[in-house]
Amino acid sequence: MDKINQGMRWQKMVAGSLCGLVLLILPSVIFKSQYFLYLSSLACIYMIVSCGLNITMGYAGQISLAQAGFLGIGAYTGALLGSTLGFWVTLPLGGLIAFVIGLGLGFPSLRVKTHFLAMVTIGFTVIVYLVLMNEQQWTGGPYGIFNIKKPSIGPFAFTSPAAYHIVVAVVTFILLFFAFWALNSPWGRAFKAIRENEGRAEMLGVSIRNYKLMAFAIGAGYAGVAGGLIGPLFGYIDPTMFALGFSFLFLLMVVVGGLGRFEGALLGAIIVAILPETLRFAEQYYPIIFALAAVLIMIFMPKGSVSFVDWVYKKLTGKEELQLTK
Amino acid sequence: MKVFETRGLKKSFQEFSALKGVDIHVNEGELFGLIGPNGSGKTTFFNCVTGTLKCSGGNVFFRGKDITNKGPDAIYKMGIGRTFQLIEMFPRMTVLDNMLLAIQESQGSMFGRLLTMNEDGNVKRALDLLGFLKISHLRDEYSKNLSYGQQKLLDFGMVLMTNPKLILLDEPTCGVEAEMRQELMNYIRDLNKQGHTIIVIEHNMDVVMNLCTRIAVLDAGEKIAEGTPEEIQNNAQVIEAYFGTEEDEEC
Amino acid sequence: MIEQLLIKGLSLGAIYAMIAIGFCLLWQSSRLVNFAEGEFVTIPAFLMVFFYSVLKLPFAPAIIAAIIVSAFLLGFVMKKTLVDALIARGNTPFVVTTIALGFLVRDSLTVFATPEALHFPSMIPQTPLQFGGAMFSSLDLWNIFVAAVVIVCLHLFIRKTKQGKALQAVAQNREAAGIMGIDVQKMILMAFVINAVLVAFSASLAAPIYMVKYDMGNELGLKAFYAAIIGGFNQVKGALLGGLLVGLIEIFTAAYISTQYKSGFVLIVLIAVILFKPEGILGTKEQL
Repeated sequence: MDKINQGMRWQKMVAGSLCGLVLLILPSVIFKSQYFLYLSSLACIYMIVSCGLNITMGYAGQISLAQAGFLGIGAYTGALLGSTLGFWVTLPLGGLIAFVIGLGLGFPSLRVKTHFLAMVTIGFTVIVYLVLMNEQQWTGGPYGIFNIKKPSIGPFAFTSPAAYHIVVAVVTFILLFFAFWALNSPWGRAFKAIRENEGRAEMLGVSIRNYKLMAFAIGAGYAGVAGGLIGPLFGYIDPTMFALGFSFLFLLMVVVGGLGRFEGALLGAIIVAILPETLRFAEQYYPIIFALAAVLIMIFMPKGSVSFVDWVYKKLTGKEELQLTK
Repeated sequence: MKVFETRGLKKSFQEFSALKGVDIHVNEGELFGLIGPNGSGKTTFFNCVTGTLKCSGGNVFFRGKDITNKGPDAIYKMGIGRTFQLIEMFPRMTVLDNMLLAIQESQGSMFGRLLTMNEDGNVKRALDLLGFLKISHLRDEYSKNLSYGQQKLLDFGMVLMTNPKLILLDEPTCGVEAEMRQELMNYIRDLNKQGHTIIVIEHNMDVVMNLCTRIAVLDAGEKIAEGTPEEIQNNAQVIEAYFGTEEDEEC
Repeated sequence: MIEQLLIKGLSLGAIYAMIAIGFCLLWQSSRLVNFAEGEFVTIPAFLMVFFYSVLKLPFAPAIIAAIIVSAFLLGFVMKKTLVDALIARGNTPFVVTTIALGFLVRDSLTVFATPEALHFPSMIPQTPLQFGGAMFSSLDLWNIFVAAVVIVCLHLFIRKTKQGKALQAVAQNREAAGIMGIDVQKMILMAFVINAVLVAFSASLAAPIYMVKYDMGNELGLKAFYAAIIGGFNQVKGALLGGLLVGLIEIFTAAYISTQYKSGFVLIVLIAVILFKPEGILGTKEQL
């Protein structure tokens, strides 16, 4: 880019980041209802998971159903070590542990085909679940762990839902910003190239294995951090919160939002978190509506619900599509 | 000085042997031609040399190092670039992104690349090359929207991004109209003059005979002749294998 | 003791094997993996309960009616809707869609049918048998017997009939089979119908053991998937072996190592197979 463009890009990036941060924190200010605040925090946590999974799946093209397992690893790291090490240490630590386990799991399994990778990752989630369920002396077994405290800095404790949401929002912001950065760096180009034409990318020096591994591990690390935020939000954790079904849910989240689109994964997370509220009139039919919508979106809107946003954007501005990452 | 050499290079697909022990060497600064009838193993030769296919036997040396069966990414980073007979690029990436991708992996470390925000140097190089190939106005176009000839030029541009020591050109003028063909030949000659060693697979005899300083002929996976264009034109075996058959213009 | 566990393991494995063979046939004909396979077992199980307990059909006609309806729904309708809409886009969209379909079936059954576990009687009276020192249920033998009959019939169908041979040809090479004039789409339809019949049979065996519940398919679908991969995804005999192996491993792990980790041990075998012999024990390498 020319010099002017470069400057513009920085300005845009700073302005966009600030807007994002404000939007994420906004619920703390405007919502008084505990339930709405809880939903906002949950939406943020889902956004982290789905943003990470989008890098794994949407950019590097590998199905992962290990997300619930990584979430569990992050959550139990926080719950078990939180009282001694403190939230601010265990949160990144949980992410790091998940990241390292992600590298370990990814290293041998990335050479196998789609449905095998799906199977290995399902297996991983089931094994994590079994361990959480059965190693009672460590994990509390089916009863889980109670009285997980919300974090504090010095004398200031983020005990109210509004205050804790600020913590969640800031962590979400940092992770989304990093993902955004990575996808706009040469890494993003390499991921895209791998998805478009793996063989040719390799012939241009792209190390397929390293990039896929990193994409997988980043997805794992993100789920790990998200897990660390769950404990303090609910006040307790138990193994059923990290069952295989959630891995499926996260997968659908990304796909319903828009696979391989930064904004798509975020949209999917928000839809999944908030839809139960907007479809309250539907009561017990809500899960059915969601699953049906997912099937229909897969068939009729292969690019996900973000293509609806594109359509609106095109109507308004006449431009092709809203693209946050290049 | 030999830049590139294969010794007894073999490749077989189950029963069928596509290369039956090919010995070829290319000296620094040469513009070397590899010709042969359809199915004689030319593209297979390139695929084996660049690591896309595993060799079944023999060795490949590049600047004195044995690079047999190294991964395609490693070989590319060592400085062997190639173009393709059938266009292979990234359809939903812009021309500029295609060009930048061609160089980014050869610079710095993987984690360094993550922190790179400023790619001005590469962008400038890419734009210079696109200008040289007269397609810089297409820089923000998806590569799938390019015409065949433009894609061919982009492929050519991508191979030049890293300034590779050895350039393998697979049928560079195939499917390109006569005017463009002349221009491409000039580019190839210019590159060669700038000091690049080039191996070119070509179907079009005029192009090879005009362009190359030395030529090897493959037939059914074997090298049947090697020499200057004049020697090749007068070689009885070559005439029988190559010129004897009907010459078809497709590639 | 060992004989007892062997019979139990084989009985369980027989149920897995039938589902796994269904998986295999789908993969061979269409190169698709059905992640709602577990729910494909749940549906006929609910149909059986519906025909038997609600419509008060006699026992055998209830089962036959359930098999016919599921062949139509899970075979014909499935092929004409989801498969036709998605097959051109490859395996991944189909995997995601069937994951969503699984949710849809489970949630719909919970809401529109019942979240409770339902009882469904077994085809034969359950009596304890003694054989040498081993004690086992008549049901175990019955499961093995039914599965054996079904699988032998399937084998004869594939080997001896014209349709079966065409299916085999498609399994080996879709493009070539198409060029030879075989109607590939029809073969895919047939594979889906056969799969539906297989899962319906396994549902009739599983229902008395597991109870009929909206989530009964979770476990069964996963185990059958493990079985297909362990045995070999592209070989019917592989899936058969895989199914039996998974059943045996589970029963023996539960008896000798740990009840809680019985599914964990199967997973370790699964992951080992994927890493060291991804084509499965009896599978052949595929060029894809």
